[in-house]
Amino acid sequence: MQVSMTVNGGAQVHEVEPRTLLVHHIREALGLTGTNVGCDTSSCGACTVHLDGEAVKSCTVLAVQADGSEITTIEGMATAEGLHPMQRAFQEQHGLQCGFCTPGMVMAAVSLLDEIPTPTEAQVREGLEGNLCRCTGYHNIVRAVLAASGQALDDPVSVGGAGA
Amino acid sequence: MSILGTRVVRKEDPKFLTVGGTYVDDVRDPRLEGAARATFVRSTMAHARISSIDVTEAQAAPGVIAVLTGADLGLAPLPPSIPLLNQSMVRPLLADGTVRFVGEPVALVLSEDGPSGEDAAELVFVDYEPLQAVVDPEDAVRDEVVLHGEAGTNLAMEMDFGSDPDLFEGCEVVVSQRVVNQRVAGAPLEVRAGAAAWGEDGRCTYWCSTQAPQASRDTIQTALGLEPGTVHLIAPDVGGGFGAKIGCSAEDIVVAWAARHLGRPVRWVETRTENMTNMGHGRAQIQRLTIGGRRDGTVEAYRLELLQDTGAYPAMGGILPYLTRTMSAGVYAFPKVECNLRSVATNTAPTVAYRGAGRPEATAAGERAMDLFAAEIGMDPAEVRRKNLIPTDAFPYTTAVGTTYDIGDYTGALDRALEASGYEQLRAEQARRRQEGGRVAVGIGISIYVEVTAGPTAGGEHGRVVVNADGTATVYTGTSPHGQGHVTSWSMIVSDRLGIPMDDIQVVHGDTDLIPNGVGTFGSRSLQLGGTAVHEAAGKVLDVARGLAGDLLEANPDDVVLDAQSGRFHVRGTPAVSKTWVEVAAAAGEGGLDVETEFTAESPTFPFGAHVAVVEVDLDTGKVTLVRMITVDDAGRLLNPLLVEGQRHGGIAQGVAQALLEEIVYDADGNPVTSNFADYAFVSACELPSFELVAMETPTPVNPMGAKGIGESGTIGSTPAVQSAVVDALAHLGVRHVDMPATSERVWRAISAVANGSAA
Repeated sequence: MQVSMTVNGGAQVHEVEPRTLLVHHIREALGLTGTNVGCDTSSCGACTVHLDGEAVKSCTVLAVQADGSEITTIEGMATAEGLHPMQRAFQEQHGLQCGFCTPGMVMAAVSLLDEIPTPTEAQVREGLEGNLCRCTGYHNIVRAVLAASGQALDDPVSVGGAGA
Repeated sequence: MSILGTRVVRKEDPKFLTVGGTYVDDVRDPRLEGAARATFVRSTMAHARISSIDVTEAQAAPGVIAVLTGADLGLAPLPPSIPLLNQSMVRPLLADGTVRFVGEPVALVLSEDGPSGEDAAELVFVDYEPLQAVVDPEDAVRDEVVLHGEAGTNLAMEMDFGSDPDLFEGCEVVVSQRVVNQRVAGAPLEVRAGAAAWGEDGRCTYWCSTQAPQASRDTIQTALGLEPGTVHLIAPDVGGGFGAKIGCSAEDIVVAWAARHLGRPVRWVETRTENMTNMGHGRAQIQRLTIGGRRDGTVEAYRLELLQDTGAYPAMGGILPYLTRTMSAGVYAFPKVECNLRSVATNTAPTVAYRGAGRPEATAAGERAMDLFAAEIGMDPAEVRRKNLIPTDAFPYTTAVGTTYDIGDYTGALDRALEASGYEQLRAEQARRRQEGGRVAVGIGISIYVEVTAGPTAGGEHGRVVVNADGTATVYTGTSPHGQGHVTSWSMIVSDRLGIPMDDIQVVHGDTDLIPNGVGTFGSRSLQLGGTAVHEAAGKVLDVARGLAGDLLEANPDDVVLDAQSGRFHVRGTPAVSKTWVEVAAAAGEGGLDVETEFTAESPTFPFGAHVAVVEVDLDTGKVTLVRMITVDDAGRLLNPLLVEGQRHGGIAQGVAQALLEEIVYDADGNPVTSNFADYAFVSACELPSFELVAMETPTPVNPMGAKGIGESGTIGSTPAVQSAVVDALAHLGVRHVDMPATSERVWRAISAVANGSAA
């Protein structure tokens, strides 16, 4: 079947097998490997992209269902002016380590702030429940999202001093 | 001012944040053009004889190139890579007549694309004759069902250091407990993946998702009977490892073989379900602990008996109880400690290292013992601990099991953790709630830990620093990162020593042709060994450069100094006349500023810390909520606090996850119950609070950087603190122990059991 979609601002028309998942279409046909596959139960969120402006797990969408849609992947977030504020916050707050969950996490976080521009910590945690990270313990991801929303952060470490 | 010790954001991040990392399945390399896809057919039985494998239908399916079995492979099975493990318990690369765990590779489908392979794998007909499966290590140790006929026993390893029948003679109080340190999954977000391409030169390029590229290269070469140097192994970006990716998998070997067999490149990436049922699991240790001492809180003797589950084919997990033994005395000056151990095979996935690897089990057991002892004598658990800590002036200190700790200040760590947590106020709040009889109880848990990093014996690592003709530097490191930030850290070290800007330093890792010697990233070893190797190589490059600069400046090299701010050499006191790295490199000529080092530490290091966890437990439902997590984690001198905090956070979260949520479960027949992320309780952002980190830096004398490992400390400290908090919340009801994970059901059952008077 033929599907056409706008991906990161550019028109893309491809023949796909009806069973092709959007994530596989993005990775294989479009060659955009920033979007990752981390599970087979739609649990991990590593494949999160924006479909018509909203975060979706691209493993839960068939490529044919996205026909006529606008898709944004991690590759479409930075501009000529530089990193998207969320990308910058992830770097500044050390919100990534191995980087595998990061594209999906950033896409989910941007979508979260679209919905709740100034979230509480609890709202950030709830909003990112569907995106799993094994490296960061989520601590600095939460800080990055709060920072990107323009909120002040606590000091990262308390007390201090040398040992013996 | 030196860049060392400052919060430098990661150089490597922009790529990960804009186009994503290049993990194995993302590699687009001309050598992999036209690659076939590998799909493994896996055992659906935990223990069975294979009477036949019919590949006819699969072979004829669309898109299928070949379907291969162990008979086609013709490769010898692999004995355990660790000599201490029973060498008769060999692992076939594809099952050779008997399968021993669900998910074991039985056949290989090679196809034009992934979906065709998945479809065809369903068409391979394997006729199994079921055998009795043994899943519980306490059953397996009786040898009623034996997995490996050649071995004649399930015992993969036993270490008996003797046992004193009078160990607890004279103790006023003796408490015993059976504790299960449950099986968990490393669960890196990137599953295992590989890609193989053989060149016309007879060499194989293998892309592998691994923590240890050089060892993975050697494993593939040995298994395929190849000459050293035949395999060029590349670990591109690796999406997490946590111990489970130390070395390569049986599947990697088969994929490399298949590419040669087909004369065509082959790619493999497993599914999450394959990952959860095949990649090695961690922990899986049953412990019997006994602790005895006086009513004044002095512990006089401690015994820990370990039964380790190795899974079907003994691997790294089988040896880890030795590390548990190494650290069994923990932070305490116990006069007598006994720890004997056995490792036993079961019809489950093999066990391997998982963040902490043997040391979390030691801390969990010891801290559980201290809580039980404190409860028995009615003393505050913080005070019992304080009374038995190794004194700060006693280092280096050799414990009752013979482990020598470099340096420590355990009392200082405890004090900091208690103060930061507001321990007195927490106890007052707990008392108030108990008095009011509310249905949400507060629990406060403490753990004090010491662990061993870059151990258990002294280790080494490779480093090489080159200053190029344009004045930039290239660093080659034997350790290979998967999220730790080596590129930034190693750049900081070299920039500090050589005065070359961070942006002008390139760090190369994970390519065995460029870095033939190296060990890898595991056991919290990278900075103290790999970082020190780079530090020393940079120092030697500087020595050579000062000599050359001396010639250029017509001065004695001893009088030449490098201004680390400007990156220029000048004679001491006369900075107006100076030489740049470009000039010095020109004088050195091609390869003139190129130094390799192998740094070997005299001993491992012993990071330590103290954690306090605060939980709320709903007494009606058993639901546990982690409210606060306060941690002191002393990793010696910090190179980059931002990265250290990241390591602590991740470790803490995984430790909490073991205490509250995560467990790999098999049913009695050996069927995996938790085989994907829908079934396995992988911790999410919702189940965690933000962590309260407290700073403490006690440099080690073991290496010139003063650095100890930090990758695993958080995990080691947090698990027992959280478990302790859950039990503490229920202490007033008479509960003395709850095994992990402290799920709502398990907590509710513990509450119900004491309410019904049936046990604690």
